[in-house]
Amino acid sequence: MNLADRIRPDAGRRVQLMATCLCDAFYDDAARATVEVLEHLGCTVEFPAAQTCCGQPAFNGGDWPASRKVVRHTVETFAGDCPVVVPSGSCAAMMFHGALLEFEREADLPAVAALGRRTWELADFIVHGLGVTTWPGRYDARIAFHRSCHGRGTPSSAAAEQLLGSVAGLTLAPFGEGEQCCGFGGTFSVSFPNISAGMGELKLDHLRAAKPDVLVSGDMSCLMHLGGLAEKDGRPVKTQHLAQVLRDALKNGGLI
Amino acid sequence: MKFQQIDQFAAHLRPSTRAAVYDGSKKGHEKRTQVLFDHYPDPDRLRQLAGEIKQHVIENLDTYLPAIEAKLKANGVIVHWAATAEAANEAVLAIMRARNATRMVKAKTMVSEETELAHFLEKNGVECMETDLGEFIVQIDHDHPSHIVKPIIHKNRRDIATSFEKNGLGAYNDDPQTITRRARDFLRKKYLVADVALTGANFLVAESGRLVLVTNEGNSRFCLAATRCHIAMVGIEKILPRDRDLGLLLNLLGRSGTGQQLTVYTEFITGPRAPAQPDGPDEMHVILVDNGRTDVLASDCRDILRCIRCGACLNVCPVYRQASGHAYRSVYPGPVGAVLSPLLMGKDFPEKADLPKASSLCGACNEVCPVDIPIPDLLLRLREKGKREHSAAAAAGTPPMGAWSLLASQPTAWKAALLGGRIINYLPTKMLPIPALRAWEGKRSLPAWRGGEFRHWLKGRARSPGAPPPTSGGQSPRPS
Ligand code: SF4
Repeated sequence: MNLADRIRPDAGRRVQLMATCLCDAFYDDAARATVEVLEHLGCTVEFPAAQTCCGQPAFNGGDWPASRKVVRHTVETFAGDCPVVVPSGSCAAMMFHGALLEFEREADLPAVAALGRRTWELADFIVHGLGVTTWPGRYDARIAFHRSCHGRGTPSSAAAEQLLGSVAGLTLAPFGEGEQCCGFGGTFSVSFPNISAGMGELKLDHLRAAKPDVLVSGDMSCLMHLGGLAEKDGRPVKTQHLAQVLRDALKNGGLI
Repeated sequence: MKFQQIDQFAAHLRPSTRAAVYDGSKKGHEKRTQVLFDHYPDPDRLRQLAGEIKQHVIENLDTYLPAIEAKLKANGVIVHWAATAEAANEAVLAIMRARNATRMVKAKTMVSEETELAHFLEKNGVECMETDLGEFIVQIDHDHPSHIVKPIIHKNRRDIATSFEKNGLGAYNDDPQTITRRARDFLRKKYLVADVALTGANFLVAESGRLVLVTNEGNSRFCLAATRCHIAMVGIEKILPRDRDLGLLLNLLGRSGTGQQLTVYTEFITGPRAPAQPDGPDEMHVILVDNGRTDVLASDCRDILRCIRCGACLNVCPVYRQASGHAYRSVYPGPVGAVLSPLLMGKDFPEKADLPKASSLCGACNEVCPVDIPIPDLLLRLREKGKREHSAAAAAGTPPMGAWSLLASQPTAWKAALLGGRIINYLPTKMLPIPALRAWEGKRSLPAWRGGEFRHWLKGRARSPGAPPPTSGGQSPRPS
């Protein structure tokens, strides 16, 4: 799907929030921060309460009929015409790329594609959907930003770095082998636990060498994996979702 | 089957092997990226163009194949068609027998690895000497290549010195120059007595019938200078439409494969020796090998046939770096192998249907591929095929998705599960109700379950708009 063709916000800036199953189950504050950030930008945020998951676990696991069932539910749940904003590059890519692959031969492909055209990852939406390229407030920290892999081929990671880089007090810490995956990979993390952990440890080595105060990403899944590895290892690292950093910057600046 | 075989292989890999694979791959990737971006303002555009050219070829093979056959014949080349690996090997043996030849020198070719040619010839009384240094070392070690371009990426120089000593190639000495010199002395004698040379081809140009070979050691040139008969074994997907396409593809191949502007030797061969040429083979054969390729062409993964065997996707792949090439139990390892190897199995696909699972789907392979193959999409398609064909290898360790999909399509049940999930906060690892959660906790801590908190907060705000948001809750760890 050509991401340039996506549905843009109207004057009322109505959006629907796809909070993701991970935020629904574990990371409520990342979802809250997303709402606060969007509202600060003048958006009216609707949360369709029937939402569950984007369908990616079964899609990646090869069980496409099971995944399609969930995607169909998602399509129904997010009926409407406004942009759908997701605080995850991975779930967003599921809607505008993955789902299209598994619906290739299905009669309801057009409905799935229509939702794909409405779906935006958060940073991409802020920068390219709303045209906001600098972020107010203040956040005094050295941050290592992990570019999650589902941002490849999309404007998301560059958008996130642009926003973070513009926050007063915030320094972006460069680190080695930034193009390498953290090793999460959805079901891969449990069916290939040794390789997954090996990849994560390499990533943590690079990140630690950069001595950041906080490890930040646009995807809670990468942070769940990296943070979980570090904690198990007895050397915890502080992790935050991009939305939390942006929200905290607003708070520190007295803007919310 | 409980575990994924590739993950188990990685878990038991010798640390020095993992280090050798990691270092070699990382260096390869870094050189590639630097050279490509130093030389071209927009390498991605070039990759896309090269991809379009190769895609055009594979979608029009039915016209390109007869065209190339006609051209080759007009150039004085004898053309053979081999539907299977066995047929390809038999064709080589028949040529050898017709010439009463018993000694062959061989340059590196992946398709001959597919057909296990060297092994087949040795069994039939023909000496088949690998002349590429890496392949030579693999041969004397009775090992297998573990990388498409760097067959011995899994060995360090101490390993090599040890096998040279074992094989009577001088006392232990791990100085790379000494190793190379010893191999050279040994191989030079082999060139001089060989009857036939076997090579592959990197490209075969339909317009001219030109066969293009790239090497860095000049061994294929030695092979061709010293023998009277040249056999080229070539996969049917190696065709390029026009000579001018070589400009693009050769520039991408060298840079992507080894970080070189161009490989050290690039040979253009248009047939047997012309009368005016002082040396070179009088007889030239091209064996066009299918060996499962037309089945790949008929599948929804045909894009993989664009592959020019550069190895860039192996170098960048984090799974390959952890597991090494031998983990893939196939001639083609890494991302390209995870797609191609199971497909080339034909009806035995389920046996290797675990290969497409060995990926976090990070997409780095697609980003570096000089012919822009959408490898992650192909891996996903093959995962679906593995599931549909009930592959036990693919299913190993994969959480079942039936219950999850029911839950995730019924909002009431989902909301109840969000609240009920809290139970995991109070259970030690070994009592976690879902195997996937236990597998997770084997390596990482699980964050505290906070299902329903976000929805609760949203409701509270709706009741009292303008109330300050609650302070951000930190992640409290689970008890273990
Ligand atoms: S798939 Fe692409 S990157 Fe991998 S070996 Fe083939 S051409 Fe190179």
